[in-house]
Amino acid sequence: MWNTLVSIFPYAIAYTIPMLMTSLGGLYSERSGVTNLGLEGLMLVGYFASAITIKMSEATLGINALPIGLLVGVAAGAIFSLLHAFASINLKADQVISGTAINMLAAALTVYLARTISGSGNVRIMMGIVRKNIPFLSKIPIIGPLFFSQSYWTTWVCLAIWGLSWILLYKTSFGLRLRACGEHPSAVASAGISVHKMRYFGVAMSGALAGLGGAVILITYSGEFNGTVAGLGFLSIAALIFGQWKPLGILGATFFFGIATTIANVSQVIPSLQVIPPVFFKIFPYVATLLALVLFSKNSAAPKASGEPF
Amino acid sequence: MKSLKKRELQSNAFLVAVSAVVLGLIAGALLMAVIGSNPFAGFWYLFRGSLMNIERIGNTLATATTLMLVGLSVAFAFRTGLFNIGASGQMLVGGLCATIVAHKVFLPRPLFLAVLIGSALAGGALWGVIPGFLKAKFNVHEVVATIMMNWIAYWSVYYFVPAYLKGPSLETESASIAVSQSLRTGWLTNLFNGSYMNLGFFIAIISVILIKFILDKTTLGFSLKAVGANRFCAEYAGIKVNRNVVISMMIAGGLAGLAGLSFYTGYSRNMQIGVLPSQGFDGIAVALLGASNPIGVFFSALFFGVLQSGKGFMNAMTSVPPEIADTIIAVIIYFTATSVLFKRFWDAVFKRRNNRVNPQEKSVETTPVKEEK
Repeated sequence: MWNTLVSIFPYAIAYTIPMLMTSLGGLYSERSGVTNLGLEGLMLVGYFASAITIKMSEATLGINALPIGLLVGVAAGAIFSLLHAFASINLKADQVISGTAINMLAAALTVYLARTISGSGNVRIMMGIVRKNIPFLSKIPIIGPLFFSQSYWTTWVCLAIWGLSWILLYKTSFGLRLRACGEHPSAVASAGISVHKMRYFGVAMSGALAGLGGAVILITYSGEFNGTVAGLGFLSIAALIFGQWKPLGILGATFFFGIATTIANVSQVIPSLQVIPPVFFKIFPYVATLLALVLFSKNSAAPKASGEPF
Repeated sequence: MKSLKKRELQSNAFLVAVSAVVLGLIAGALLMAVIGSNPFAGFWYLFRGSLMNIERIGNTLATATTLMLVGLSVAFAFRTGLFNIGASGQMLVGGLCATIVAHKVFLPRPLFLAVLIGSALAGGALWGVIPGFLKAKFNVHEVVATIMMNWIAYWSVYYFVPAYLKGPSLETESASIAVSQSLRTGWLTNLFNGSYMNLGFFIAIISVILIKFILDKTTLGFSLKAVGANRFCAEYAGIKVNRNVVISMMIAGGLAGLAGLSFYTGYSRNMQIGVLPSQGFDGIAVALLGASNPIGVFFSALFFGVLQSGKGFMNAMTSVPPEIADTIIAVIIYFTATSVLFKRFWDAVFKRRNNRVNPQEKSVETTPVKEEK
């Protein structure tokens, strides 16, 4: 059992990180008062942009192409999300429909461009990040093998972003203002702060972080753009709800979902798990989210003004 | 005369929809130009691919059938103020139920068709009624609930099909349904020169008429629309809002289930796993463009059917990837969502024209355009 756990843990973490980033992006957006259902599409944009960048530059830049690809993925996600920001903030459009349009547009446009560039629609990169044991820390009993072995450097960057976001959102006056935009925008406006600018920031952050999530998928476990992130963006929205719109909550929720996904993937080769059909692990995050919604519906922690135009 | 002129010079839903379509097509043309293809040739082959002979027209109608039923599902929920983004999942479950029946149930043809249609209706309705119930009972937002239901359906099919309906060759799709157990019939196939055209088209037409009748002529339709227009007002008037929410989602789910029936047992005759049918999302475009009106849905489904059905031929004749059709549809959705942009544009254009036509009536005509809140 212990050996199984040690061998699947790095995979669970690898699955968790893209979802964590995307979910965190959703947190920024929803906290600022804009519902963003387009996270799946924004992830895909980051996934695609980083794949193209790395493919074009890896011959000359070598391993340095990876961080550059990551940054381009972040930028592409942020830029693409401005479509959603413009529609929902300036034009007061239905945010659910706009988000759906973002998803469809991203899915069609990325594959369209990928097909034009590579013919098949898949963009494969030559190298990914090498997994490394962290010196000293990986020697700590129990948590060493679980958390500090076989890890990607992006994992630590992303966790740092998560920590900094927590500080930004909950320990600074800027964060207070941003969150207030999602609860009571007119109060923020009466304090002389532009609700529109804050919401633009929130949506752009959601695009940037979802783009980062997509790029991380590429350079860690996937290694190839194949035109879909297989519902991870929607799973991130589920994690946002399951985590009750709080940074620690989404960390827990995404990790929970990451473990469930990993177990579902490996359950057929691990005798002790074979008795449970894998479908239960796969649908578990969605059923859990529905149950969480039912349980918390009486006093939902959702930002009150999320989805409301201002 | 004056009132006629006034009516002519106002923006309306139709004008906004046409603007969105035109911009979508322009965006498609630009994208073709960006990759170095000739947009005129691209669109020429796109439309030829869906309309150039009777067989291709049949395929286009079969494609439009599914879109029509999904569009009707989304539109019906819209009218009750609900957003059914879960049509994909309802399609999958309805299609799965129908596929099981097609493989396992053997009855005389008319009875068989009734069971087949009933099973798809029931499967889709079940997948729709769960979010409806959660919304009515626990106030769970239907958008999130239906998205979750989509993925539950996706993974259920992913594991169910290989385990129980596996074909002889491939692990990733179900065994093909015999033609006699599908929605295809000899005379329709012959009429359209061996196309995918099937009985689903008539199911879609009947559904359009039936839904139009329910919405416009029945008490149920009235109360559903009342809930959609203002649920508090409806509640005050004594309409049972929660009951209507459940009914609306059940009917919407059933319609999407029929879409699954037309797609999996008419158009394709097998189920592939690992695919969340994109029609479920295209249906949102169909409903929006059709202004959530059954007749509007009928025509917009035909239009999107043309786009979707011709893309393969266009891809074969030019270097334009088939995803151009999906891109155009997505752009149209985006511009329908931001339709206030066109309203402002057309209102500004008409205001200027009205002023020019009747300068002496300027003070009357320049009542400020109501700002959208």
